[in-house]
Amino acid sequence: MTITCGFEAQRFINPTVKSLPPSGIRRFFDLVASTRGVISLGVGEPDFVTPWHIREACVQSLERGYTMYTSNYGLPELRQAIAGYLAERFGLSYDPQKQVMVTIGASEAVDLALRTVINPGDEVLIPEPCYVSYQPIAQMAGGVPVTVPTTMEDEFAITAARLEKYITPRTKVLILCFPNNPTGAVLNDAEMQAIAALVKKYNLLVISDEIYAELRYDGPPRSFAALPGMQERTILVSGFSKAFAMTGWRVGYVAAHPDFLAAMVKIHQYTILCAPVMGQMAALEALRHGRQDVERMVAEYDRRRRLVVSRLREMGLECFEPRGAFYVFPSIKVTGLTSTQFAEELLKEEKVAVVPGPAFGSSGEGFIRCSYATSLAELMEAMNRMERFVARRLAFKHRAAAHA
Amino acid sequence: MRKKILELLENNGKLNAKEIAIMLALPADQVAKEIAAMEEEKIILRYHTLINWEKAGEEEVAALIDVKVTPQQDVGFDEIAGRIYRYPEVKSVFLMSGSYDLSVLVQGKSLKEVATFVSQKLATLEHVQSTVTHFILKRYKQDGVIFEDQEADRRQVLQP
Repeated sequence: MTITCGFEAQRFINPTVKSLPPSGIRRFFDLVASTRGVISLGVGEPDFVTPWHIREACVQSLERGYTMYTSNYGLPELRQAIAGYLAERFGLSYDPQKQVMVTIGASEAVDLALRTVINPGDEVLIPEPCYVSYQPIAQMAGGVPVTVPTTMEDEFAITAARLEKYITPRTKVLILCFPNNPTGAVLNDAEMQAIAALVKKYNLLVISDEIYAELRYDGPPRSFAALPGMQERTILVSGFSKAFAMTGWRVGYVAAHPDFLAAMVKIHQYTILCAPVMGQMAALEALRHGRQDVERMVAEYDRRRRLVVSRLREMGLECFEPRGAFYVFPSIKVTGLTSTQFAEELLKEEKVAVVPGPAFGSSGEGFIRCSYATSLAELMEAMNRMERFVARRLAFKHRAAAHA
Repeated sequence: MRKKILELLENNGKLNAKEIAIMLALPADQVAKEIAAMEEEKIILRYHTLINWEKAGEEEVAALIDVKVTPQQDVGFDEIAGRIYRYPEVKSVFLMSGSYDLSVLVQGKSLKEVATFVSQKLATLEHVQSTVTHFILKRYKQDGVIFEDQEADRRQVLQP
């Protein structure tokens, strides 16, 4: 491209966007991508390919000529199926006509929700470590993100007591994402009830990102919206990516009070129009005939989860037992390294990629995220390599201590 | 518990008792005991490796043979099946419903070797009425494994 002298593109860029930090793992990504023979435990999506019958349903829909726009809200059959799923799985009752909308992944739903409710200066509570997009989305909506750290001592669950300390008169929204990326933490019933009481007391709204709800290993999935009095206060966000191994399809949904939905659909129709019909057809098949696939994948994740936690503890890393999603979040403090040092040196010496904890917020320092959405054989090899690396670091540390 | 252990071993015979125990949240000594018991009881018959011989550069000819037989009094098909499966060339034998009785998988070094086995050994057995030989031209999928799997890991190496 030829650039005319004197044109300053930067001057045109909105300062809020300009001030957004670039993804914290960009530099590390380049390093991983340029190294050969890497086993990556840094991937945030299932290693399974979308089940064949779901792909086949999409192909057939194309053959039958489903290539047009759908309703802004999404295919009526799909909304019906989503409402049916939420009723059967969580005991939630939503009107598929007025309370369910299909979105481009759960990410769009979070964006719509925040843009719909945030006034400039409104504070958004975000427990961290957390997925990287909540803060930037809140900022772009004009809100003020207020991060609330969680700790390994609390099993990375957010407690009502801690949350209350961060509530101010400007607090409007609480974002919950449990089971959590990157920690794998879940909220138990008592914790959810205590948070619900707080939400009521301070008249807050909850955006509950339940994209990992199905990937739960300590019992059936739970929805925050299903707590007494919480359905109208919760904008429930979910999708098909994680449970059905459908990340690339970009199909998610939002279920909420009809007034919220009516407002959200306005933004959605002017910016997106509708989610792609192909993905919606696939999602419909997933909900109708995909239950067994989810069970099969969850059983497989669960076995890998136990193996990885056991191996990490054996090599001397403190590791809380995750009860959801497909991540473990071990502490690497015992090695004396920072998270970034650990990740970079592990990559260089043993060719295993993990994500440094601070990529998910400053309370992630001292931790790394390992995804076990990787084949068993690769996981075992990665654990062998990591064990060698940790053993070397611990031996070095002990020698240094002996010297001193 | 046995079913879960077997399901894991069926897909990966290299797993040891300790690894299985961790994955299933069971005591390791109990898993080891169960595996030994199942070996003893011939529930676990062999730890098998699925090999793509073609890729290994080895010639391999196999044929599925539909065999029609005359069942015998008292022993039915079992007697004749036994006479067939004792041949080492025969890799598997199934009793089938439908238009023939036994499905026999025969493996050999060459087309001629297999054909000779069928015409001289199998077809000449008493009570064998007829045989139809289908040579296997290509293996696409066996025991749940796709041989030339196109579904490589296409994920980005690192994502938040």
